[in-house]
Amino acid sequence: MEATLAIGIGVFAGSGIWLVLRPRTYQVIIGLALLSYAVNLFIFGMGRLRTGVPPILQPGTMGDPAQYADPLPQALVLTAIVIGFATTALFLVLLLAARGLTDTDHVDGREE
Amino acid sequence: MTPLVDHLIVVPVLLPLAVGAFLLLFDERRRSLKVALSLATTFTLLGVAVGLLMRADAPPFGAGAIGVYRLGNWPAPVGIVLVADRLSAIMLTLTAVLACATLVFALARWHRAGPRFYTLFLMLLAGLNGAFLTGDLFNLFVFFEVMLAASYGLVLHGSGTARVKAGLHYIPVNLLASALFLVGVSLIYGVTGTLNMAELARRIPAVAPENRMLLEAAAAILGIAFLVKAGVWPLCFWLPTTYAAACAPVAAMFAIMSKVGVYVILRLFLLLFGEDAGASAGFGGNVLFYGGMATVAFGSIGVLASQSMLRLAGYSVLVSSGTVLAAIGTGNSAAISGSLYYMVSSTLAISAFFLLIELIERGRDAGADVLAVTLEIFGDPEEDGLHEEAEIGLAIPAAIAMLAGAFVGCTLLLAGLPPLSGFIAKFAILSALINAAGIVPASSWVLIALLLLAGLAALIAMTRTGIRVLWVPGEAAIPNVRALEMVPVVALLVLCIGLTGFGGDAMRYMEATAQVLYWPQEYAREVLAASPQLPGAGR
Repeated sequence: MEATLAIGIGVFAGSGIWLVLRPRTYQVIIGLALLSYAVNLFIFGMGRLRTGVPPILQPGTMGDPAQYADPLPQALVLTAIVIGFATTALFLVLLLAARGLTDTDHVDGREE
Repeated sequence: MTPLVDHLIVVPVLLPLAVGAFLLLFDERRRSLKVALSLATTFTLLGVAVGLLMRADAPPFGAGAIGVYRLGNWPAPVGIVLVADRLSAIMLTLTAVLACATLVFALARWHRAGPRFYTLFLMLLAGLNGAFLTGDLFNLFVFFEVMLAASYGLVLHGSGTARVKAGLHYIPVNLLASALFLVGVSLIYGVTGTLNMAELARRIPAVAPENRMLLEAAAAILGIAFLVKAGVWPLCFWLPTTYAAACAPVAAMFAIMSKVGVYVILRLFLLLFGEDAGASAGFGGNVLFYGGMATVAFGSIGVLASQSMLRLAGYSVLVSSGTVLAAIGTGNSAAISGSLYYMVSSTLAISAFFLLIELIERGRDAGADVLAVTLEIFGDPEEDGLHEEAEIGLAIPAAIAMLAGAFVGCTLLLAGLPPLSGFIAKFAILSALINAAGIVPASSWVLIALLLLAGLAALIAMTRTGIRVLWVPGEAAIPNVRALEMVPVVALLVLCIGLTGFGGDAMRYMEATAQVLYWPQEYAREVLAASPQLPGAGR
C-alpha cells in the first residue's frame, strides 16, 4: 500500500511540475492542481497508512491510541484542500482576465 | 493581569477579519461608511499593537513578558496558541503603522480604483497579524494563505494589463511556495508528532538519529517556502516586477509582506535550531548567510541597473531582506538585534518611498525614465535649445520642494547615511560583526564590504534618479499632490527620525528581543506553562 501511494504521489508531483513549467496558462493551472493532489496525499500519508481503524474515540471511552488512526493529518488535509481549491479558483479568474486583456494564453502575456 | 487584557492578543486577528467580512455586506456606494470603519479599525489596531509592545517589554521570563492566548482554552500542545512576545509585538506595530499610513494615502484616490479595497486590505492585515502571532505551524500556513489570498486581490487592484501580467507570475510562484510549505509542515508532523512551535523546540533535541535527516529535509523544504516570500536570490525574480506593478498603497503595504518570510525564518531558525537543538544546532545557518549575501549583491546590482523608480524600490526590498537574512545567518546576537532595528527602519523607508514615487510620477510622462537614461548615454540633440531659457530666479514650487525633501529622507535611509535611522541600523550590524568574540572570520569581512557597497549603490542610484526627476528644472509639470497624500509619507519619515532620536531605547528593546530568541527552552516553558503535560505524546 505504501509503495502504491508513494508512486501515485510521485506521478502526480512529476506531472504537476512538468505542466507548471509549460508556457500556456491552462497547462500551468492543471499542473498546480496536480501538485496540490500530490501534496494532499503526502499529508495524508504522514499520518501513517492504516485501513479499517477509526480516527475518533467512542464517546465516554478511554481507548488505546494504538488502535486508532491519527486524526490530525486528516484534518490538515481537509483544510489544505479547501484553501488550495479557493486559491486555484482565484488563479483561474486571473487567467481569464489575462486572456481577455492580452489576447494570448501565454504566461508572460505575450507570445515568444 | 486581568482576563480582559489577555484578550488583547487576539484582537489584531479578529478585529480586521470581522470588520472586513462586515464591510462585504454593504454596497460599494456606501463609501463613507466603509472609509470610517476601516480607518477606525486600522487605528485601533495601532493602539492594540502599541499596547502589546509595551506589555511585552517586561523583564524576560518574569511577569508574563510572553503573552500566551489559548484559542478555545485548549492546553498548548493540543490546541492552537497565539504568542505575543517582543518580536511579534514589534512586527505587529510595524504592520499597524504601515497600514495606517497606506490606508490614509489610499483615501486620496486609490481606494476608488477597484471594488472591495477595504475588505481585501483588512483581510491582508488579519493574515499578517495572525502570521506574526501564531505559535502553531499549520495555523501559520492558514494565516499565510489568508494574507496571500488578500494580496492576490490587492495586486490586481486598479486592474490593467501590467498588473494582470505581474499577477500571472506572482500567484503561481506563491501557490508553489504554499505547496512546499505544506510538504514541510506535514513532514515535521510525521517526524515529531507535533506542530506547536514551542513543543517542537522541546522535541527536536530528542529526535532519533535515523529520523534527523527527515527532520532536516522538512526544515529545508519549509525554509524554501519562506525564502521565496522573503525574496532570496535566486527565488526573487517575481518580486521587483510585482511590486512595481501594484498600485502605490498596495506596494507600500507589500513592503511588510516580504518581511513575514524573514520573521518566520528568524523565529523558527533560533527556536528549532538554536544551540540546544543537539545534532541539528545551527542547521541552515550557512544557507541564510550566503543566500542573504547573494541577495544583497543581486539587489544592489538591480538598484544600480533600474531605470524606473518603482523597480529601484523593488530591488531595495531585496537588499533589505538580504541584509536581515545574512545577519540572522551569522548567529550573532548583537548582529541580529541590529538587523531587527534595520528591518524596522528599512521597511518604513521603503514603504514611504513607494508612496512617494507615485506622487512624483504623477507629474511625468510614462516612459520618461527610459528616455532620460537614453539621453544620458547618447546625448540630447535638442540640448542646446534647452539652456537658452533663463534659469536664474527660477522658483521651486512648494509641492516639488516637499517631494524633494521626502526623497532626500528616503535616500539617506536607504543608503544608510547619518543622521537618520538607516545609519544607526547599519552601524549596529557592522559593529556587531567587527566586535564579535575571537578573530573576525573572512566571511564577516565580505558581508561588511557588501553592506557598505550596497549603501553606496543605493546612494548612487537614488542621487541619479533624484537629479533626473526633481532637480532638472522645467522638465515636469508640477504634480497635483493633496495634503492627505503627503501626510503619510512625512509621517513615516518622521517615525524614522523618531527611531534616530530614541535610538538608545529602540536598540535596547531590540537587544532584549534578540536575547530572548536565544533561549528557546525558556520560551517553550513559558508557552507550555499552565498546560498539563501529555503522557506518551511522542511517536
